[in-house]
Amino acid sequence: MVTSRDFEGSTPAWCPGCGNFPILKTLKEALAELDIEPHGITVVSGIGQAAKLPHYMRCHTFNGLHGRTLPVATGIRLANHAMPVIAVAGDGDCYGEGGNHLIHAARRNVNVKLFVHDNQVYGLTKGQASPTTMEGVVTKTQPFGSLSEALNPLALAVALDCSFAARGYAGDTEHLRHLMKEALLHKGFALLDILQPCVTFNRVNTYQWYGERVYRVSGGHDPTDRIEAFRKALEWGDRIPTGIIYRNDRPTLEERIPVIKDVPLVDRPQAPVDPDRLIQGFY
Amino acid sequence: MDYTIRIGGEAGQGLQTIGGVLARVFSRSGLHVFTTQDYMSRIRGGHNFYQIRLSDRPVSCPREKVDILVALDLNTVETHRRALSDGGVIIYDASSAGRTFDTPGFVNIPFESIAEGAGGRIMANTVATGAVLGMLGMDLGVLEELIRERFGKKGEDVTAGNINAARAGYETALRACGACGFKVSGPAEERPLMLINGNDAVGLGALVSGCRFYAAYPMTPSTGIMVFLASRAREYGIVVEQAEDEVAAINMALGASFAGVRAMTGSSGGGFALMVEGLSLAAMTETPLVIAEVQRPGPATGLPTRTEQSDLLFVLHAGHGEFARVVLAPGTPEQAFHLTNKAFDLAEKYQVPVLILSDQHLADSEWTFSGLDSGRLRNRDYRLRGEALRGIAAYRRHRLTDDGVSPLAVPGESSHLVVTDSDEHDEEGHLIEDAATRVRMVQKRLHRKLPLLRREIDPPVLYGDERPDVVIAGWGSTYGVIREAVDLLSRRHAVAMLHFSELCPFPSTDRFDYLGILDGARLTVCVENNATGQFARLMRAETGRGFDVLVNRYDGRPFTLEGLAGELDGHVSRL
Repeated sequence: MVTSRDFEGSTPAWCPGCGNFPILKTLKEALAELDIEPHGITVVSGIGQAAKLPHYMRCHTFNGLHGRTLPVATGIRLANHAMPVIAVAGDGDCYGEGGNHLIHAARRNVNVKLFVHDNQVYGLTKGQASPTTMEGVVTKTQPFGSLSEALNPLALAVALDCSFAARGYAGDTEHLRHLMKEALLHKGFALLDILQPCVTFNRVNTYQWYGERVYRVSGGHDPTDRIEAFRKALEWGDRIPTGIIYRNDRPTLEERIPVIKDVPLVDRPQAPVDPDRLIQGFY
Repeated sequence: MDYTIRIGGEAGQGLQTIGGVLARVFSRSGLHVFTTQDYMSRIRGGHNFYQIRLSDRPVSCPREKVDILVALDLNTVETHRRALSDGGVIIYDASSAGRTFDTPGFVNIPFESIAEGAGGRIMANTVATGAVLGMLGMDLGVLEELIRERFGKKGEDVTAGNINAARAGYETALRACGACGFKVSGPAEERPLMLINGNDAVGLGALVSGCRFYAAYPMTPSTGIMVFLASRAREYGIVVEQAEDEVAAINMALGASFAGVRAMTGSSGGGFALMVEGLSLAAMTETPLVIAEVQRPGPATGLPTRTEQSDLLFVLHAGHGEFARVVLAPGTPEQAFHLTNKAFDLAEKYQVPVLILSDQHLADSEWTFSGLDSGRLRNRDYRLRGEALRGIAAYRRHRLTDDGVSPLAVPGESSHLVVTDSDEHDEEGHLIEDAATRVRMVQKRLHRKLPLLRREIDPPVLYGDERPDVVIAGWGSTYGVIREAVDLLSRRHAVAMLHFSELCPFPSTDRFDYLGILDGARLTVCVENNATGQFARLMRAETGRGFDVLVNRYDGRPFTLEGLAGELDGHVSRL
């Protein structure tokens, strides 16, 4: 029996009260409930406060560069699709620096679980606007307020026919655990956008602000209806839906590559093929 | 015998097919060829040519004088007639050129109408191919064998039609060019020769080294490596992923390598510029990685389909921070094959990024070889695997060892966790900020590994006189032309080539005192396909030695034998 204690890592260096704490705790619980062992999961992260997460638990870890979580995660999956891979990123990391990779990971439908700690602000660099910062919010580098419209990751995901698109909230860990497990069990690329208050730099989107707006989508919402999902994804303001917004059962990238259909690349013998046979092809 | 055949026309006319097939006919007949391609950055129209140098002895560079010009359009006649050698012949189709040339040296072979008679206008290129063999008085058997191989799948009609077209072109040329005077001497070798270009040689080297993953974004002239590996993917079990950009490509390759397979990426200078942060990441996480950088003239988009050696200093210095890397610069497809194997070996053995620095000239030029020596290949699995991994009490991915090389484990193969970080990290791979650990890690990655890497680097090759008065130095793809220029100059002087194909870490003089050779020469020349003499600068920085003369070409074209030998002769004759 795996328990969340098996994932116990070093003490996080996040600010007291940071929304990252409940996300970390919930992730450990979700993995334990799915009976995934620490050496049975790889977490890829980039740079940002969220990206430090794998250091605070026990798992295989590739903590790479800002924005580059998804390409690394894709490479890992293609080399070893028996290994579940979670990509952990922040909103700046994934929606800003790595925006292009998000688009193409969703298109590929590589079986990677992308958990975005979306606090609508840059934490590590101390409070600049992120792609999800709401229009008009003033920061030290946006003195006239953020002039760009906030990115809507879920609407983007539905538009890309992303095979799993969900929103969670760090203040509702029971629901978040459920969503993490659903994402992990889903076959295909899963985007889980997790609303997460930044207690230090985001004075707008606080626990209270989210608490007044966030609700769980009801059983009446059909996540397989793409048009309905897009309508739900556009909802942002007085009411913010959480839950599985959209899902489909498109085949995964790994399933469609005949080379790795039967055996993961990593399990093929490293010793190469008969070199002389290959050379013979050039006569 | 030393003939140059140039096939010119618009992009899309099939001159690559004619050239490719002829080169294969020659190499299968045991003759030596060296082919080059001169193409514009467009898919249709413009003017391109494919050039084959044909000889009964090994040849390794292009010549300027053309003996047989196959003109698929009028533009080719006008552009290249001045390059014709004494006794050279232009074959052309008067009806498609729209005019007839009555001057000596022109032979009208109606490719299109002959093709129509044989089975269809589409076979005009086969007529031209047969015609060249007729002019040379060669046997048609090998061409017919190739036609059966290539068109066999398309049915008997297509095969028979092409064979008829080849025969008709052959017969017509025999009649029309009986007195042209070309004569192919008997095969230099008893058996067929291998024909391979630089890009395919890199791809082949990767395959035989156990490369399992290649991610790239298409960019001329590096795309051939990706195409080669993709064409072998199913049969040999490799995944080739076309990334959304070069940033993704290098990170995918790093992910695959971290997960336990040999991985590679490739691009040209512009794409490699985007990969640079990933290069630094490979070094920090000590993730083995092989990168092919196939140069073309810059800056920026430059001349996309042409050649230059202008990324040497860029590749040597690319990446923020200080770290160990290996840079290999093959001079021939044979070297490209073996150095790619060496790249994979060193990348995994020392867990460092290894760069293969090629260029358009090497990438697209085909050479003949009697074979490639698979017995020289190094294929050792340096990872900590199986029982050896499962049996240890604690695994630390970045453990400090005497030689700086930590045990490399595959995630998921045991209950040990594999952790790495782009931040400075401790032995386990977790991020740290303390000064003492930082210093130990820098020493591990840099100071411990560098001397070991330097020991792996082969010294430059000396070709020609063993105690030369004149040393012609070069690196990478200029190998072939310098070698032949040295052959020419050696008739009158004590000349040698000093060719470097392993550039970083810079070769030591332990095994070969090449500095002594330079010091003993009366004239030292450095030949480079760039404007600033980057290798000469590197040499000065690493050894304090300068060259007396720099010979630079930076018009996007490779050196030719006549051009380089002429320029060198001017310097040598002043001695």
